[in-house]
This record gives sequence, structure tokens and C-alpha cells, in this order.
Amino acid sequence: MSTYAAPVRVAASRLTEPRGVGLVGIFLGTLAAWLALPPLSARTLLWPILVGILAVAAGIWTVSRGAGRVGWGAVASGILGIALGSLATRSSVGHLETVVIWSALLASTLRYATPLTFAAIGGMFSERSGVVNIGLEGMMLMGSFFGIWGADKTGSWILGVLIAMVSGMMLALVHAVFCIQLRADQIVIGTAINFLALGITGYLFTDIYGARGIPANVPEIPDISLGGLKGVYFIGPIFGNLNLMIWLSFVLLILSYVVMFKTPIGLRLRAVGEHPRAADTVGISVYATRYAAVITSGGLAALGGAYLTLGFIHNFDQNITGGRGFIALAALIFGKWRPFGAFAAALLFGFSSALGDHLPDYFAPGSSVPQLFNILPYALTLIAVAGVIGRSIPPAAIGRPYVKQ
Amino acid sequence: MLATPPAPPEGEGPGETVASRFAFYQRAGGVLTPLVTTVFAFFIGGLVVLLITHKNPISTYKAIFNGTGLNWFFPWISHADRINAAFNLQSTLLLTTPLILTGLAVAFAFRAGLFNIGGQGQYAAGSIVGVWVASSLTGMSGFPHIVLAILLGSLAGAGLAGIAGFLRATVGAHEVITTIMLNWIVFWLAGWLFGQQGPLQTSRERSLTQSNDIAPNTHLHVWWGNPILQGLHVGFFIAVAMLVVYWIVLNRTTLGYEIRAVGYNPEAAGYAGIDVRRAYFLAMAISGGFAGLAGVIDVLGWKFVLSVDDVQGQAGAGAVGFLGIAVALLGRNSAVGIFFAALLFGALLNGTSDRHLDPAVFPPTLAENLTLLIQGLVLLFIGADILVIYLWRARRRVVPRKLARTSST
Repeated sequence: MSTYAAPVRVAASRLTEPRGVGLVGIFLGTLAAWLALPPLSARTLLWPILVGILAVAAGIWTVSRGAGRVGWGAVASGILGIALGSLATRSSVGHLETVVIWSALLASTLRYATPLTFAAIGGMFSERSGVVNIGLEGMMLMGSFFGIWGADKTGSWILGVLIAMVSGMMLALVHAVFCIQLRADQIVIGTAINFLALGITGYLFTDIYGARGIPANVPEIPDISLGGLKGVYFIGPIFGNLNLMIWLSFVLLILSYVVMFKTPIGLRLRAVGEHPRAADTVGISVYATRYAAVITSGGLAALGGAYLTLGFIHNFDQNITGGRGFIALAALIFGKWRPFGAFAAALLFGFSSALGDHLPDYFAPGSSVPQLFNILPYALTLIAVAGVIGRSIPPAAIGRPYVKQ
Repeated sequence: MLATPPAPPEGEGPGETVASRFAFYQRAGGVLTPLVTTVFAFFIGGLVVLLITHKNPISTYKAIFNGTGLNWFFPWISHADRINAAFNLQSTLLLTTPLILTGLAVAFAFRAGLFNIGGQGQYAAGSIVGVWVASSLTGMSGFPHIVLAILLGSLAGAGLAGIAGFLRATVGAHEVITTIMLNWIVFWLAGWLFGQQGPLQTSRERSLTQSNDIAPNTHLHVWWGNPILQGLHVGFFIAVAMLVVYWIVLNRTTLGYEIRAVGYNPEAAGYAGIDVRRAYFLAMAISGGFAGLAGVIDVLGWKFVLSVDDVQGQAGAGAVGFLGIAVALLGRNSAVGIFFAALLFGALLNGTSDRHLDPAVFPPTLAENLTLLIQGLVLLFIGADILVIYLWRARRRVVPRKLARTSST
């Protein structure tokens, strides 16, 4: 009998522990911001501030009871909640309800999240095998240029996407050779990869397209129109007309989860990233595994880039990825190097981008305040690596070159 | 590092530090490897020119070189050429100035075994605070106003990097990740501050997304060239002075000794009684201070105003903060090396800009990207130390063993 009672008792005692109170505080802080957004949209500053102060109080109490990290997290989330909440209440409220059509916002979220999902899952393969990949940004950029270039030259978006993948894999191969074979510092090489991608794509773009820009008739990745779903309330506008690559990212997500956690391949890859010497001892080739993982990551990041130019923006300009590779890296870390975690983080970050994009409609037009929403991914990741809400702990052997004995 | 310690690396943080890697560089290569690496990178860049655009790489490089103004030092050029070269050289040194400082920022953190990849964010923080101080408080007289702007700007950079240092010291959050995140936070903050209806937006024109102009008496004194045509300002000397400060702090102070000790081996330093956490925090803060200083000096020296595009457009890898990494690596973290590496990259940036490169020889828009390529190649080769590995193979067999033993203790 006691076996059934124990979990309940544990759960109850957890809530009164400092850690539990801190977590409640963090929740309240988030709530403070949300109170001011639709569908609730509190009209006065009172509610966000009240709830936010509660969050800060819970945080301070937690800190004083010795659970510093969670406590400070609650304090920070309370302050953020008050700030964001007051920002939102200051905007014209009547406008808010009509313009925030949630489905549109969520569809936009998916569009913003997809490049991040591809790149973050790519990064997961590389980093799980023990190779840091700061070069995700560069590999993505390669994909976005060569995708649109390939589609333009061959007249087919399928070939464009394939060419994009190959280009990303080539750059990843450079990363792999230098990091694995030559045992260079992986962060320096990742930085170099970003420089190279910027140089290569910029050079080719100006040389090939120059002042004319990308022609308008480049084939695009088609949207999948689900006729039957269109009329369905709320769901229809979100999923009814999504780009093929978005659906592909869902497939990739499940596939990468299965490969990483349910197959021997994934087990080997994780073993190489956690304890290469042990993996080597039982006959797993550390080098081959890492090569495969890094090259896969390049291909996937490039897919994200190809979606960006062929399925989303339909154009290319120098440095078009504009830091999305770094957001993907943030999503990966925030998601604790797990596929669904990374996807959830990508959705959250995509949502903040979508908010930043749509908010000017209902803030005073032209206001720069929505820019602040773009900070969210980075601030959250910073909090996550600082270990406030479930600390992100990287694979044990990450960043260490392996020397065969 | 070139070898992993034989013991399984569990729960001990990154054991092989960048600094011990550099100790190896210094012994193995000396000044020759950076030189050969640079030549090698330029050679490959030349191949790119030849293969893709079918231009003559030698005449292209010659045009870039003339655009840098470094031919000013040649005694045989004509008087007319010299005037032009002086103008070009001033621009080159203008670009060299922030690169020296961002290079110092990266190098200082390197010496503590930390990788400050957030130089660009710290540079931006410095310029934001610099432009804010220099454009407000207009009642102040020139010199104290400049000093105040420089101090607060450097402090902003130091504070930003200090957050990363603090997180590394207290909870062990890796500084590469935290500094990248802080970079982007600053870039977007700038978008809000200088954006439409932002708190620091210019009062001149509501659609302009930039700051107010800084007060005229806060412009840094131009000592060489025409102030209207962006002559060289005294900030150059501040940067050079910082090279000396860098050397003195690292080599002649207790703090510098502690930072270097922590860089070589944090555990041994800890056992020897050095406060490793304090060293991490201070190393990052001082590092960020250098980058912040670069930001203020650029604002007071020649930008005079800061726009959203200025900050966010430089978010890519091609900006001075990121170049600082290449400068520090190529300069091998030594003061003299950083000066010459900064000069090289400053010259390269300037020589390929559309103001200074003869478009008849090579289109400047292409050349700018060629610069990025060369920078990437330099980083790649220096980062891997390919030449050390392949030209000094014999030493490679001896040295890593020794290092492996020390880092596993």
C-alpha cells in the first residue's frame, strides 16, 4: 500500500520545498506576461505587476532557503513578466484582440521554427558525437545560397534542395577533417567555417547574380494544401496550407528521435560523444562515427537553409541567415541536446520571432518595441545554461579531439 | 589540444585549455608559421580569383595593396602617389585601431583559457553606451566628456563579458555559449534603443533608426590627415597604449600571473592557492573592457553616430569583433603579434573596400567577399596549426606527450 502512497507524499513535499516554490515563482512570472496577451489581455497594469511581484517574492524566499538557482530564476522571470506585461498593456488593447489571430500567429511560428528545427537537429548529431558545431550558421548559409542557385540553374526545386544538402555536407566535411583528423580547436574551426561560408556565398552571389539579384521565376518548394482540413475551426488555418518542408521537419524529428535513442547507431553515436575511449574499446570507430555525424549535421543545417530561401523568403541576399544558425544552436542547448526538446525550443523561439514580426501591427505602428521579443531565445538559453530551469548539461566528451591509442 | 588525457574526462570541465595549446604553438612554430600561413591563405585566395573570375591574381593583389596605402612607406613612390597613399593609409590605420583592441580582448581571455567569442557584442555595447554618453550631457566640456564616454563604454563591454565570466566562475556555464547569447541580446537591444520611438532614437527625424549625433567637442582629435575626410584620430595611440597595458598586466602583475597560471592548468592553479573563479571573472571582464573600448573609440573617432543597421548589420561573421579572433590567433596572443595581425586584417578590409580598390582591376563587392574567404582560411590553418603539424612532425611526436602528462595531473 505504501508503494502507492509514496509518490503522492513526495509530490506534496516537493511543492513546499524551496525548489518547488521557486518553480511556482517561475511559472507566475511567465503568467504575468501572458495575462496581458490575448485571449486574456488584461487591460490594466495591475495584474501583470501583482503576479510578477508574487513571482519575485517566491524567488527571494527560495533564495533565502538555499536553492539559489531556482530562486534567482523566479526573480528574473517575475521581472521579465512585469516588463513584458506592461509593454503589452501599454499597446492599444482594442487593436490587440482583432489582429492577433492566433492561428495566423501559430502558422507563422511554424514557418519561423522550421529552419531552426532542421539546423538544431543537425547540430544534435554533431554535438552528441562530441564535435562542437558553431559552424551551423555557415552550413545553413551554404544551403540557402546553393539551394536557390541549384533551383535556378536546374529549374527544379528538388535538385536545388539536393544541391543545398551537398554544399552543406561539403562544408561540414571541412569542419570534420579539421576537428577530427587534425584535432584543431573546434570552436576556432567553427568560426572559420562561418567566415568561409559568408565569403563563398557572398562571392558567388555577387559574381553570378550581382546587381540583378535572384530572378523571380526560381522554382519554389510547394505548399501542401489539405483541402479537407481548411474549413476546420482554428486547426484549418494553421495546418491547412503549410510548406512541404515543414511537414518534412516533423518527419525528421520523429526519425531522428528513433535513430538517436532506439537504434544501435544512435547508441554508438552517443557513446562516442560521452566516452570515446570506452566506445573505441568495444570496437566502435570513433573517427568514422564522428565524421558521419558532422556531415549529417551539415546536410540537415543546409536543408534548413534551403527551406529559408526556397520555401519561406523566396530570395537570397548576403548573410541571409542572419544568426538563425546561432538561434538553432541556442534551441539545441535549451532543448538539452534532445530532438523533441530542441523542437520545442525551436517552436518557442519561432513564436518569439513571429510575435516580433506581427506585433508592430498592434503596437503603435512603427514602434521598435517588438524587437525586444527577439531577445527571448537568447535570454532563455542564457538562463538555461546558467542552470536555473533544469540545467543543460552537454555530452561529456564534447569539444575534445580523440586520439587513438 | 593535441592529446586527450588517458583518464576518462568525467566532471572535470574542459581539461585541455586553449592556453596550453598556445604554449605548444610558441615552442613549435615561432614567428614563421603565422607568416607562412598568411602567405598560404593568400595563395589560395589568389587561386579563387584565377579560377572563378579569371582575373590576374597578382594584379588584383597589387591593386588591393595600393588601396591599403602601405606603399606610403616605400621611399621611391612619386609625390602625387604619396598623397593618395597617405589618405589610404589613414583609413587602414582607422580600421586597424578597433582590430587591435578586439584582438586584445580575445587574446586576454585566451590566456586565461577562456574563449571570448562575444567580442562583437561587447564592441556593440561599448559603442551604444559611448554614443549615448557623448550625445547626451552636452553641457560638459570636451576632455572630461570624452574620458567619461570612454570609461563608461569600456565598462559596458566589461560588464557584458563579466556576466559570461561570472556564469563560468559560479555555475560553470561555458563562456562560448553565454557570450554568443549575450551578443544577440545586445544586437536586438540596439534595435529597440535606436529603432522607431526607441528611447535613444534621434530627435531629428522620426523615421531614422539611429542615435543622435555625438556632441562636436567629443570628436577625437585627428592628428594625421583631413578631419573632414576621416583622418587618423588619436584613438590609434590609445589602442597602441593598450598593447603595452596588455603586456604589462599579463607579464608584470600578480593578476596576470594568476590568469596565465589558470590558463595553463586551472586545477594546478587552484591547488597552488589561486582563486580560479576570480581569475575567470576578471579575465572575462578585462577582455570585454578591451572590446568595449574599441566600440567607443570607433564612435568618437569616426562614426559619430550609431544606427540600428550599424549594430545589427555587423552581426555576421565579418565584423571587427569576430575578426578579433583571427587577429588574436594569428598574432599568437602576443602584443607585437596582435599589432601586425590587426594591421594585416585592417589593410585587407580597407584595400578591398569600394572606396580604395580600383574597380577597373577587380570589382570591390567581390573583393570584400574575397577578404572574408582569406580570413576564414587564415583561421582554419592557424586553428589547426596544419603547418606546425606537417612541417614540424618530429616535434609533434615529442611535445604532445609532455603536454598530455601535464594536463592529466
